[in-house]
Amino acid sequence: MDLEREFDRVVAADHRVEPRDWMPDGYRSTLIRQIAQHAHSEIIGMQPEGNWISRAPSLRRKAILLAKVQDEAGHGLYLYAAAETLGADRAELTEKLISGRQKYSSIFNYPTLTFADVGVIGWLVDGAAICNQVPLCRTSYGPYARAMIRVCKEESFHQRQGYELLMTMMGGTKQQRDLVQDAVNRWWWPSLMMFGPPDAESSNTEQSMHWRIKRHTNDELRQRFVDMSVPQAVKLGVTFPDPKLVWNDERGHYDFGEIDWAEFWRVVKGDGPCNAQRVAHRRQAHEDGAWVREAAAAYAAKKNSEAVA
Amino acid sequence: MDNAYDGLVEDGSEERHWAFGTGFTEALTGVDRAVPPLVDHDDLAAYCLMLGDDALVLAQRLAEWCSRAPELEEDVALANIALDLLGQARMLLTRAAEVEGVGRDEDELAYLRDEREFRNVRLAEIDCGPGPGGDFGTTIARLLVFSSWRLALFQRLTGSLDPVLSAAAAKGVKELAYHRDHAAQWVLRLAGGTEYSRERIVAGLALVWAYTEELYVTHPVEAALADAGVGVDPAALRAEVDDVLDTVLRAAGLDRPEVRQVAALAGQAGRDGVHTEAMGYLLAELQHVARSMPGAHW
Repeated sequence: MDLEREFDRVVAADHRVEPRDWMPDGYRSTLIRQIAQHAHSEIIGMQPEGNWISRAPSLRRKAILLAKVQDEAGHGLYLYAAAETLGADRAELTEKLISGRQKYSSIFNYPTLTFADVGVIGWLVDGAAICNQVPLCRTSYGPYARAMIRVCKEESFHQRQGYELLMTMMGGTKQQRDLVQDAVNRWWWPSLMMFGPPDAESSNTEQSMHWRIKRHTNDELRQRFVDMSVPQAVKLGVTFPDPKLVWNDERGHYDFGEIDWAEFWRVVKGDGPCNAQRVAHRRQAHEDGAWVREAAAAYAAKKNSEAVA
Repeated sequence: MDNAYDGLVEDGSEERHWAFGTGFTEALTGVDRAVPPLVDHDDLAAYCLMLGDDALVLAQRLAEWCSRAPELEEDVALANIALDLLGQARMLLTRAAEVEGVGRDEDELAYLRDEREFRNVRLAEIDCGPGPGGDFGTTIARLLVFSSWRLALFQRLTGSLDPVLSAAAAKGVKELAYHRDHAAQWVLRLAGGTEYSRERIVAGLALVWAYTEELYVTHPVEAALADAGVGVDPAALRAEVDDVLDTVLRAAGLDRPEVRQVAALAGQAGRDGVHTEAMGYLLAELQHVARSMPGAHW
């Protein structure tokens, strides 16, 4: 009981829980699930944008995009490492991803149809991710909080690169401007869904807030994202596909229309345009690489036994 | 907190340099860009294209591994190598465009030339995986041969009388030494890992070895620029590269592959714009968006 009281005190005082500290089983399992899903999202998230690396229309854009997708692999690595400090095993987590037992962010179950999608993903999807993730830099579990500081810095960079690409495209031809608006139309609502279900229906929020794993509710973060994005859209010269999006003086926030939660749940449950494709791609890469990982392990074992002998 | 990311921007300024991303374009800041006296501009432009195309085309191939590598660490490593080569390509194509002097830039050279105008060696363009033409073993085999050859070339090129080539080579040498080391370590692991991995690296080396003769054939442009102290005669690299490759193969307990070389066409190969059938598909993918939207800004 003393251990539990000490844990509660650390969390309530906004101090960090570290890997060797005692923690409730529920705290540990909630964190493992959340960090693993976050790591999986980074790894699956390589695919929609990776789809355009080979076709990026300038060498500078190609370099930026490749570096960005590479960063996502790096984020996945830090996050799997953070999960491992809680006793999880990366190989097991990967198995759970490729067998569909663990989820990743549903946003990556939508296809990237034109190069403008690369910019809109940077602006809106990375923007929404940052809104979700900045508070995690102060989350109660130390290794996760520290990983998130680096992740957020790089995400911020990606978001600005995405916005800069869109600015450049909006200054280009009519066809380019149309591509940007089309991509915004397709990604706006899925971006709002990234904050998760409404607070009233979010099963994990209350406990996670108590443990200071989460620091803001889904709806609070979603509102912040909408409020930030509207002036950016105006500056860019695009509109959001929501006739109910208007400033509310009384609330001091933008009002916005009803999110299609039926679609949200459909995609979460596996029925989005790319769910099967994304997991199959990851599984294929994992299976194709099995012989290479086995070779590396066998080689390391031989070297170790030689060193011992 | 009005803006979730304000707190993340350390310098707080509104400058635009963040969009450069990888800093490639800043690598040669301060380098004298005048062409040395008595150097033929057309030859120098053609030479920069050769070395630039080698890097661009292999970067395109290596980037195909992104999200498909055997493990995450390797995904990051192969993307790194592709980014290094892309950076080398950008410096060299920019130099080619500038020396050519008809108002083209790196992107016009990369995106608006046709297959017959590309000057890369065929080793860079063949499909070594993750496509059907190869696998991780073949990819590593090509990387070992290519980076050993290019490192030897770039080490000599640091002494070029052209200040841009010399500076680009000095930057590239550090990168290529890492690429070669990365490939060599994998050759050792695959050769000494499992029976299957040994078969794969042996098969990979045999496949890419058929394109090695071409690496040492001297094109007239290379001969002229080597004489002028600007370029490197690739024939002079053979002994050193052979030695490096033999060292790696010996450490891995592998024999040097004995395979028939893929023939040139009437004496012409990559440096003359004569490529394999894979090249057209590679360029179709690379160039499609840029070509389908003339006048667009990216």
